[in-house]
This record gives sequence, structure tokens and C-alpha cells, in this order.
Amino acid sequence: MTLARRIIPCLDTDGARVVKGVQFIGLRDAGEPAELAARYNREGADELVVLDIAASRDRRPTFLETIRRVAEQLTIPLTAGGGVGTVVDGRAILRAGADKLAVNTAAVRRPELIEELSREFGAQAVVLAIDARRVGGPQANRWEVIVRGGRETTGRDTVTWAQEGVERGAGEILLTSMDRDGTRSGFDCALTAAVSGVVSVPVIASGGADKPEDFLAVFAEGRADAALAASIFHDNVHRMAELKQFLALRGVPIRLSS
Amino acid sequence: MNAVEVTLIDYGAGNLSSVERALRLLGAETRRADAPAVLASSRAIVLPGVGHFGALMRTLEERNLLAPLREAIRGGVPFLGICLGLQALYDSSEEDLSHSGLGILPGSVQPLPKTAKLPHMGWNQLRRLRPGILLRDVSENAYFYFAHSYAAIGADSAAVAVCDHGVPFVAALEQKSVFAVQFHPEKSGAAGAKVLANFVEFARRESLAGDPVK
Repeated sequence: MTLARRIIPCLDTDGARVVKGVQFIGLRDAGEPAELAARYNREGADELVVLDIAASRDRRPTFLETIRRVAEQLTIPLTAGGGVGTVVDGRAILRAGADKLAVNTAAVRRPELIEELSREFGAQAVVLAIDARRVGGPQANRWEVIVRGGRETTGRDTVTWAQEGVERGAGEILLTSMDRDGTRSGFDCALTAAVSGVVSVPVIASGGADKPEDFLAVFAEGRADAALAASIFHDNVHRMAELKQFLALRGVPIRLSS
Repeated sequence: MNAVEVTLIDYGAGNLSSVERALRLLGAETRRADAPAVLASSRAIVLPGVGHFGALMRTLEERNLLAPLREAIRGGVPFLGICLGLQALYDSSEEDLSHSGLGILPGSVQPLPKTAKLPHMGWNQLRRLRPGILLRDVSENAYFYFAHSYAAIGADSAAVAVCDHGVPFVAALEQKSVFAVQFHPEKSGAAGAKVLANFVEFARRESLAGDPVK
């Protein structure tokens, strides 16, 4: 009886369509959110994340409609985020059918937002998403927090920010390596372990997934509670069931039946 | 087969629409209760719950749902509590001692120990204590989705299954027509749907048995 490690497909959207790109640049269309959601739900995904990476105010109603259509397809939990800056934004996303909110840039700008959301909806509904970029060379094991979808550095240390986020009431950390994102060169296990080792909440590793071995590594070395990927699932590089079977055979606690 | 109408307590919980959708997929009819009159005529009641114990109890009180709900449960109307809806059945919760629970079950809900990662979030398995109705025909190995930091710790006499996260806690309970689960069946794939179906089937039979015309 162990808490299973989770495999989480992520739908990056422009509000309406799933898009993809390398390190948040050069986006191209990758499909219809509700269709992909239905497929992942059927194939045994443990959870789904849907993000509005454009997060522009005028596209907000479109994104809420996307969440509604995605949620209708699911019998698993849904996390949604992109442009959540207030409790009102958060409530709209939860009302549309999400179980959890992901906050990123707005929380860096105004960290009290995490407390406000956690007080209103409970820590279990607040996911602090952190985009981290390595600084000081490959041996330094220091990562800086990046915001606005990779366009702006903040000078904040990722590990310190994750700890602060948890103290303020985040119930989960969604940790993306900006160095690995979209590169298919494996998760940044050192980054994941650095955060997972110091926070008391689950950590979702993201960025760089390619081979089944990458998932095994991020659960073992990275001490991740969950692993997130987008393109390898959208492009059918790996079937969900085969990936889960691979991990289960190697002793990772995994939910196999739907 | 007569469909049973399930009354969902609407106190603003985030998971209300997911529970509603899951029940409808099973062929149940649903209606939302945000006023006491609706509760009085209910044949089955579901209390979905997400969030804070105090906020739930306060809202039930403000909407005048607390006394009629307690009365309906005590009167034997089939009841299913989900997540916070399980915790509400107890006398109190250490999450907020300024509000009393429904007091259907004795004891206080407690925080899970900080030795494990909190919230207890994700898919976990159950350990069965005794056969029951909710988990009938559900595989012993099935996983269910949990998202909580408080729990009915230990195993009281109503428990049919426990889960473990630092300590054992009540994952599913049954006492006559009172049912509750700490996990989210509406988010637990096929295994969760089966749990909801078992409750709906129980409510349907009770409804037929209680109606001499049928």
C-alpha cells in the first residue's frame, strides 16, 4: 500500500488549441484539447494538466470553455493554469471544472496570492508552478526562477522560492527545467531532487522527458512524486500503458488499471 | 430498472459538478439541494466536499441545511459523504474546532502526521477490514485518488477499509445506510465509478423496499 508515482500528460494551449514548441519558442499546433484529454483518460493517465501559455486577458473566456470541455472528458484530476492572478481568476477556473490551480508568474510578482488562494480553496487546490534555469555552470546546482513563459529572469533561487511557496500554502510544486524543456534530453534529476528534498509537499518533475528510463531516473534519483510530459505523449512516442508497465516492472509503485 | 434520484448537497464545493457528471453517467438522476425543503423528500443524499471543514459546516448552517441533513441521515436516507463529506460525519475536526460536525459518528478528525508528504495527494490502495457494499466487485489492488491533509485516524467500528499515509486512516466506512469515502470516487477512474454505482444501487433497492406500491 504505497502512494503511486503519477504520470501526467500536459496540454499547453494558446487558450483554445494544444500547441508545442522548444523552450517555449516556435509554437506549432498539436491538436484539440478535449480529444487529447479523452485519449489520455482512457489510456491510464493519472492526472491531466492544461495550461494557457498565452494567458492573455481577452482569451480568458476561450480558455475557461476549453477547461469545461476537457473536464467533461475526465475521470481523473485536472490542474489548470495560466494567468491566474487573483482569487476571482482561480474561482472561475475551478468552477469550469479544474480540481487544482497552477500559479506561476503572478505568484512571483505577488507571493501573497498563494496564501489567498490556499485560504480560499485549500492547499490541495494550489499548485505552485516554477520554471527554473540552471545558473553558474553544470556543476553549480543552482537554478534561477524564470517567469513569463521563459522570457524574464527574476534573480530568485528556485529551491528557496519553492520552500517559500509551500510555507505560504502551496500544496504541490510543478517544477519545470527550462534547460530541458522540449529538448528530450531527460529530466533534470538534480533540480528535482534539490527541491523534493526540502519541501514537505509532492513535487511534479517536468521538462525533458524522452525515454522510459528518464521517468525511472526522475522517480529514483530525482525523488519526484509525479512526472509530467507533453510532446512524447502527443506524438505517440510512448504509449501510456507501456510506460507504466516499464516502471512497474522496475519496482516503481504505479497505478496500472484504469 | 427505476432510476433513483440522488440529491447533491450544494454548498459551493468545487467537485460538485464532477460528482454530478459521474452519477449521471451511471444512469442516476441528480438534483442539487441548496435549500432545506429539497432535503426532506430525498431518497439518496451525496455530500461532496473539498476544502476547509469550518467553511463546510458554516455554509451548511447558513443555508439551513445542517439540521435537515442530520435528520435525514439519522432517519435512514442513504447517504454518501465524499472526502470532506466523510470528515463532516464526525463530532468535530481539529482543522476547525469552532464548528461542530454532524455528529453521526463519534470522535474527532485529525491532521495526518508531518512525517509523510502533505497533502496526501495522489493514487493509493486500500486495505479491506470487512466486506461491505461500497467496495463490492472492486479489485483489492485498485487505486483511488486522494487529496487531503486531515483524516479519521485509526479505524473506528464503521470503517470497511483503511489507507496508509504515515498512519492508517479510514478510507471507506459504512454504518447501516451511512456511507463515506475519504478518496474522490469521481476522480478515480473505473474503480471510483464502481463505488458510486454500488451506492446508487443500494439507494435504489432501499427506495423500492420503502415503497409498498412497487
